[in-house]
Amino acid sequence: MAQIVPLIILIPALGAFINTFWGSRLEERQSALVGIFASTGAFIVALLLFFNLMGNNYQEAVINPFFFDSWIRIPSAGVEIPWQMRVDTLSVTMMLVITGVGSLIHVYAMGYMHGDPRFSRFFTYLNMFLAFMLVLVTGNNFLMLFVGWEGVGLCSYLLIGFWFDKPHGEGYKNANAARKAFIANRVGDFGLLMAIFLIFWTFGTLDFYKAGEVVNTHALTGVAASQNAGHGDEHGSDASHGAEDSHSTTEDGHASIIVLTGAALQETHGDATDAHGSESASGHGETDAHGVAPDAPVYLNNDHIPTELLGVFGKAERMLAENATVQFGPFSLGIGAVITLITLFMLLGATGKSAQIPLFIWLPDAMAGPTPVSALIHAATMVTAGVYMMVRSNVLFHASDTTSFIVAIIGATTALMAGFVALGQWDIKKVLAYSTVSQLGFMVAAVGFQAYVPAMFHLVTHAFFKALLFLGSGSVIHGMEHGHHHLHDHHDGHDHDEHAIVEHDAFDPQDMRYMGGLARRMPLTYLTYLIGTLALAGIFPFAGFWSKDEILADAFLKGVEDGGLVGAGAFIALGMLLVAAGFTAFYMWRQMELVFYGEHRHDAAAHAPESAPSMVIPLLVLAFFSLTIGFMNTPSGIGLAWIAGGAHRFADWIIVSVQHAHVGVFLPLLAVVALSVGIGAILLARSIYGSGKAYVDGKDALQKTAFAPGFQLSSARLYWDETYFALFINPFIRASKFFGITLDWNWWHDGFHHALRDLFNGFGRILARPIETGIIDATVMGVGRFATWVSSWMRRIQTGYVRTYAVVLLSGAILVIIALLIPLFQNGG
Amino acid sequence: MFGLSIVTLTLFLPLVGMTVLLFMKEEQQNEIKWTAFGVSVATFFASLLMWIGFDNTNPDLQMVQQWAWIPQFGINYYAGVDGLSLLLVILTTFIMPIAIMSSFHAHVIEERGRAKLYYIFMLLLEWAMIGVFVVHDLFVFYVFWEITLVPMYFLIGIWGGEERRYASIKFFLYTMAGSILMLIAILYLGTNAGTFTLEGAGGILEQLANGSLTLPMGGFFSLQNLLFLGFFIAFAIKVPVWPFHSWLPDAHVQAPTAGSVILAGVLLKMGTYGMVRFNLQLFPEASVFMAPVVAVLAVIGIIYGAWVSYAQTDVKKLVAYSSISHLGFVVLGIFALNQAGISGGTLQMINHGISTGGLFLLVGMLYERRHTKALDAFGGIWKAMPVYGGISLVVTLSSMGLPGLNGFVGEFTILLGAFGSSVLGLTYTLFATLGVILAAIYMLHMFQKVYLGELDKPENIALKDQPLTWQEIAVMIPILVAIFLIGLRPAPFFATMDASVNQLVEEKLELAIPQEATESTAAIDQTVVDSEG
Repeated sequence: MAQIVPLIILIPALGAFINTFWGSRLEERQSALVGIFASTGAFIVALLLFFNLMGNNYQEAVINPFFFDSWIRIPSAGVEIPWQMRVDTLSVTMMLVITGVGSLIHVYAMGYMHGDPRFSRFFTYLNMFLAFMLVLVTGNNFLMLFVGWEGVGLCSYLLIGFWFDKPHGEGYKNANAARKAFIANRVGDFGLLMAIFLIFWTFGTLDFYKAGEVVNTHALTGVAASQNAGHGDEHGSDASHGAEDSHSTTEDGHASIIVLTGAALQETHGDATDAHGSESASGHGETDAHGVAPDAPVYLNNDHIPTELLGVFGKAERMLAENATVQFGPFSLGIGAVITLITLFMLLGATGKSAQIPLFIWLPDAMAGPTPVSALIHAATMVTAGVYMMVRSNVLFHASDTTSFIVAIIGATTALMAGFVALGQWDIKKVLAYSTVSQLGFMVAAVGFQAYVPAMFHLVTHAFFKALLFLGSGSVIHGMEHGHHHLHDHHDGHDHDEHAIVEHDAFDPQDMRYMGGLARRMPLTYLTYLIGTLALAGIFPFAGFWSKDEILADAFLKGVEDGGLVGAGAFIALGMLLVAAGFTAFYMWRQMELVFYGEHRHDAAAHAPESAPSMVIPLLVLAFFSLTIGFMNTPSGIGLAWIAGGAHRFADWIIVSVQHAHVGVFLPLLAVVALSVGIGAILLARSIYGSGKAYVDGKDALQKTAFAPGFQLSSARLYWDETYFALFINPFIRASKFFGITLDWNWWHDGFHHALRDLFNGFGRILARPIETGIIDATVMGVGRFATWVSSWMRRIQTGYVRTYAVVLLSGAILVIIALLIPLFQNGG
Repeated sequence: MFGLSIVTLTLFLPLVGMTVLLFMKEEQQNEIKWTAFGVSVATFFASLLMWIGFDNTNPDLQMVQQWAWIPQFGINYYAGVDGLSLLLVILTTFIMPIAIMSSFHAHVIEERGRAKLYYIFMLLLEWAMIGVFVVHDLFVFYVFWEITLVPMYFLIGIWGGEERRYASIKFFLYTMAGSILMLIAILYLGTNAGTFTLEGAGGILEQLANGSLTLPMGGFFSLQNLLFLGFFIAFAIKVPVWPFHSWLPDAHVQAPTAGSVILAGVLLKMGTYGMVRFNLQLFPEASVFMAPVVAVLAVIGIIYGAWVSYAQTDVKKLVAYSSISHLGFVVLGIFALNQAGISGGTLQMINHGISTGGLFLLVGMLYERRHTKALDAFGGIWKAMPVYGGISLVVTLSSMGLPGLNGFVGEFTILLGAFGSSVLGLTYTLFATLGVILAAIYMLHMFQKVYLGELDKPENIALKDQPLTWQEIAVMIPILVAIFLIGLRPAPFFATMDASVNQLVEEKLELAIPQEATESTAAIDQTVVDSEG
């Protein structure tokens, strides 16, 4: 069943292919349908894989696709990097998010991009993006991950610059934003590449895990233990009871946590239990988890596999246990130091793709792309690739306290910084962009204090509510544009060829200062936006509450538990993240007030219509999930577990593929604190911005408070761009001009040539006279004498004096060249 | 056929075609064009036959043919292919039909005439280039090496741009200057060995292996190192390795489109091929000794070439400088002296030929329409010519090393090899990998300036009425196919060269690397001196 996984890439690739070659001949609707079918097709494959995993106790599979089995294979160098795919709970989670949210966004884009002259190309890029993103998450080695990694970067580049031809320099600016994104990401890719080289020469392979390897040995040991405890209880309900017990016993110290596989799952899948019932009677955890015949040997760990045959992570565990040393050409390093180096390079990669300090600067600019792109790529999926990569490599990150500490600090700082900058933005999408940076900071910080499940949980919930918010903002922008058109030419607004080509007045459909009172004009957009806002702000019971709370609780527990560097990092991060959570609720409510409440501040807002159904329906679906998706990982013991059919279902699911994951714990006190921070911030924002004071006399409400200087700083985005220009970009350009023009072209290029020419000319002048007066005369005077001379000379050569021969040949060659060149140089070469 | 090996047939096919062209009349324009094209396509298929008949598991020279040429001096026509040369022969025969077809409607040929001469030079050039890759006799190699200069000199000098005379002389002069040193080294080797042939009974390689010919190595001024340098400088100028690059921008910018394509596509590879074939094979100890120095030059070239590219205001010059950066990668891979590095370097020679050749073709198409190459003259071209823009994007990305396309496979393998090399290592790789970032910077700069932005200049808007002709699309299709093929399935290409590369590394280079080299690079210096003393 898992064999179908190549389809999940092929289907979107086929969609992109069709739209590339026939898109111009298809009608808009047909192009869109190709794209939508491709993405929903991929979604169906993801669902099938999901049910397949549910039905076989999360047994992972390694698939070699037909034909594309080998990629870089250099037998003599020991390089063997296949196109190989991995189906496990982690990759399927990502697949579901990518294709699920992706499909909704495709539907939305059909409405949003209506009338665009390059409509079909937009769908080409979207499908291409899906294909690359799925390569990224399904690959079973670091290089395939890298293929997807750069591939999505390319799609991001193309889509940010999608409107590269807008007039008045707008198009060029869009192209600038696209280039900035690509280059910032390339800086990150540099780090990832270096990490890959290090991994290869340390572990001799790039595969995550080889086929047949047990990923989470803890989990399986736990299963074996629980089987001994509850032997004979093979009925679903009893098994689930046992699993439940073992979870609750681990709540105080989450070291062993990981008891799950068989039992926990079969309870909800009655049919699966039945199907496997007979063979699992003797020990379902083992047989099913491995999918081998019942009488085949069953392994609970990888001890039987020789080290050379392990994947990167299995080998890393073993080398760590042995405390091995690694030899790199001239250097030799301990395995711990190597892993620290590897993970730090990986972190650089993650800061590029997942927009963390110092490379986040591209993401806010990326909002130049069409809004569906911002939702899909720059909020829900691509930017989470860094988090995915780090969770995938949890074995390495877990092994390095130094890296973990740095990751936690970078994540938390980013969360705080971006939350602050979001406070002072006017552009509706810029607020969301900084918010995304900030939320990604939460996830990265979670990886830093080794809370891998909460990181993934927040990744999933965030994908839904941030996509919802972006699409909602797109709906608002669309409404504003229509309103503006309505004002100007009283058309029905369906003839806008290019978005935002409004007459060149000051009006900007994305500027919140022109909005206000849209709740009445666009009720459905308003309602769904409100849900998204509450989810993002972490208000109970919306999705963001559950995931954000898990991150904070894990930070607290880690801080208490770990007295070392990681614990310190966790505490620092906890403090920063709490403040960031306050910022989040505040800037989101500010946005609500500016956009939806109060009175309209521009006539366009007064005429903005609700968007078309193809745009509103995805909003409703996403709103539904933003409300409910959090329940898939409700903590045990608060009485809500029945909604999802059990507590921390998501954690149980993810843990199978993440060696160092553990189930999160609910801390009621911390939840209350976090919730009060969120609600408090909303109330504060409401008191500052509410009742029509949001934007009066050209001033933001905050500018009239004591916080005005802070607002100024936030509005200027903390001068990140300016600093980068001063420190890197301008010096780079100046140096490039110096090297390229002054040094290379004006000096080296001609200077070296002239020196050579003068040398040859000089030779020529010295030799010219003797040749003319001597040899030529002599030749004319006595050919016979000359012949004698030559023949005697030839005899001398054949006596074997090689040096003479060489020198003669050299001077002969030089003479010929000079003879050839003199006239040309005299003409002024 | 007539006792001729497939290698000999492939080699002399262009010469036969050239002879046919000699007897055609200048007025028979179409016949001349299509004859030249047909001959080059036939040569391509002949070289494919060579690949089909090639035994991947055999590391030695295959399909060998040997005739005595000047027996008194031990000079033989000794031709064959092995894993190191086969792909380069195919690259040559692959690029030539493309270059010939791209000249069919070249403005500059119509303007200056002498089309017959032009195609004669093209075929002469193909003959000489294949010769360089297939002969395994130093003297004959040198002859072919020098012959390539002649047609190229005239191609630039007659059909080049404004400054063509300056550029062609510079090209000739530089390469000659380097070649002379190589000639001296060749003469030394040949006369001492009594033969100029590398392999074969009593060839130089055998003599080196059995000790009847020794090249003492001990420090910079030892015989082996001086001979190494004699070859290396000639190759370094051809490649060009920084700082010997100053002829390249002129030659590229002034050459007609097909000339640039061949220059970038094949001629530069003669230098890197020579390094693998002669420097590594004949002078392994000197290679180990010099590897750190050469690698430093290569890394400087990677970064410097990229940096200088960014400053260019002329599209063609930008692409020309980017070659310096790309070939820096190739040289770095070769002097990693391990299997991954040399395999990657060899594959990257092919990749660079394809993607930079493609870029020159694309620049040429634009030049034919707009008669300018200034970056500022363009903008929004993608909108005016969507197909052209799409193709350009793929080729640009291939040149930037986007994974999934050909350039990445080569660059990655090279860097992987350099990292794991016992003579180079982390520091070199760290700096070389910066080139990956810089490549994105200058390439996207070019792409943005030319293809993106508003379509506002009337001359550019007029391009809407001049879409690509079928011939222009036809020359780009093989390039696109190759870009994807090598990017997605490079395994067959690596397999072809693997046995030969492995033999070179295991039987030559690894023996030359002192064991202490793994401890510190400084140790290399020391042990070499020790072993000599």
